[in-house]
Amino acid sequence: MSTAVQGLVAPNPPRAAGRAPALTFALRAVGPLLLLAAWYAATASGVLTEDVLAGPQDVLKTFGELWADGQLPEALRVSVTRAGLGLVLGASTGLLLGVVSGFTRLGEELVDSSMQALRAIPFLALTSLFVVWFGIEEASKILLIGVACTFPMYVNVSSGVRNVDRKVVEAARSFGLGRLAIAREVVLPGALPSVFAGLRLATTLSVIALIAAEEINVTAGLGYLMARATDYLRTDILALCVLLYAVIGLLADLTLRLIERVTMPWRRAVSIR
Amino acid sequence: MSPEVSAESAGLAVRTRGLRKVFGERAVLDGVDLDVRRGEFLALLGASGTGKTTLLRILAGLDAATGGTVLVPPVRTVVFQEPRLIPSKRALANVVIGQGRSARAKGLAALAEVGLSRHADAWPATLSGGEAQRVALARALVREPELLLLDEPFAALDALTRLHMQDLIAELCARHRPAVVLVTHDVEEAILLADRIAVLREGRFVTDLQVGIDRPRDRTDPVFVELRRRLLADLGVDSHAGTPREEVAR
Ligand SMILES: Nc1ncnc2c1ncn2[C@@H]1O[C@H](COP(=O)(O)OP(=O)(O)OP(=O)(O)O)[C@@H](O)[C@H]1O
Ligand SMILES: [Mg+2]
Repeated sequence: MSTAVQGLVAPNPPRAAGRAPALTFALRAVGPLLLLAAWYAATASGVLTEDVLAGPQDVLKTFGELWADGQLPEALRVSVTRAGLGLVLGASTGLLLGVVSGFTRLGEELVDSSMQALRAIPFLALTSLFVVWFGIEEASKILLIGVACTFPMYVNVSSGVRNVDRKVVEAARSFGLGRLAIAREVVLPGALPSVFAGLRLATTLSVIALIAAEEINVTAGLGYLMARATDYLRTDILALCVLLYAVIGLLADLTLRLIERVTMPWRRAVSIR
Repeated sequence: MSPEVSAESAGLAVRTRGLRKVFGERAVLDGVDLDVRRGEFLALLGASGTGKTTLLRILAGLDAATGGTVLVPPVRTVVFQEPRLIPSKRALANVVIGQGRSARAKGLAALAEVGLSRHADAWPATLSGGEAQRVALARALVREPELLLLDEPFAALDALTRLHMQDLIAELCARHRPAVVLVTHDVEEAILLADRIAVLREGRFVTDLQVGIDRPRDRTDPVFVELRRRLLADLGVDSHAGTPREEVAR
């Protein structure tokens, strides 16, 4: 049957999102693989010599050696613990202050101005001061990372909380929910996307702060490994450590995205109606 | 294609054949054949969840059908149940959005038609529900659509505003003569406004009839009352037993 009608057209709805997962994965892998290939080409052809940057195959070999003799696992354990503790400390502080400042008028008046003022201080400038205050042991390092992580979390959470649909909040209030219940049942779930945005920024900063913190008199960790490699001009170890920092950040981000999916099931079934 | 068929189909604004839409396992629309003539006003009735919005969104080109063919005019506009104005733009800017600078005069004229000339510079958040919905209507009309799709545009309004809006729609549609598909729960509204009424149930039309009452229509006209009784029965509301919602609401 011919259904052509003069002057009429078939509507052109947006294509349902979603490529085959395998294709998506392949497309995502293209960029990193090209970079790896370029690195290999540059070192293998001699454009980059060993004293400037070691090739990927050398870095892989070094990774095997350091892993086998136990230096690398130990360094990773120490560094990841530092970054993790600092992140937990800073993110929970930022979350708490953000909710308080975003949700209550009094909270905003009390908290926001000081947070905005403190936020203007570059945390890197605090490194030496923290050593004086908290010593050269772990405490000063973890606190420095914590401070760095607090602010991105605070800014995102407080704006996310402020942007929660007031109509829904009002409805919940009219059904007799108290402030705490509203914060828990309505505001936090509503602000979750911002919470995760803040968390992802904080994670990135925690690795950056980790590097700064490990400049302070270290005897263990990735920073220690790097300091020693610098002394011996071991570009393979340096490249390896740089890569490891990146991998740590990447893994943390992946984990967060996974948690994001699990904790916000209503966003997966999203459709505009 | 035979000559009669093309002659008959030349005056069409909508044609669907075997239209299907499946969500998961369930076929919400299961072989819908619908023709709407140019300038015709079709009211679409159906119980909640029968797929009226789904059908409308497919006609609007917002969702894809699972199967079947759909033909619609190139220029079609939608008024949704809620106004969906852009909060960061004033009323007039919302009406002429995407239309270029020259559309200002047309936008003002459209706002005047819906009785909102004085609110051209208002922010959407400061408009009442009925006013915001009228801005949405002006936004749909200013594009001079060949097909106007209305998804329960009065559902969120109070009874009085709703009566005004119904008159307004009737008047504007009579003036501009787009083909109209109006989704509604309100049987009286359908009989008041439409040339033709279709009832959707279990993925198909169970009723499709012309409203042969002269305008202006009178709710107390016996033909009106009889038609109303029949449509309520098609909707599964038994007007003899118990108190159907439609009765209670009035
Ligand atoms: N994105 C979706 N995913 C799964 N099911 C859906 C989706 N959209 C709609 N449905 C289902 O399709 C059915 C028809 O929905 P639709 O919104 O078209 O109903 P309706 O006739 O407009 O109802 P109402 O009168 O209440 O607005 C419903 O049962 C709904 O649950
Ligand atoms: Mg609907």
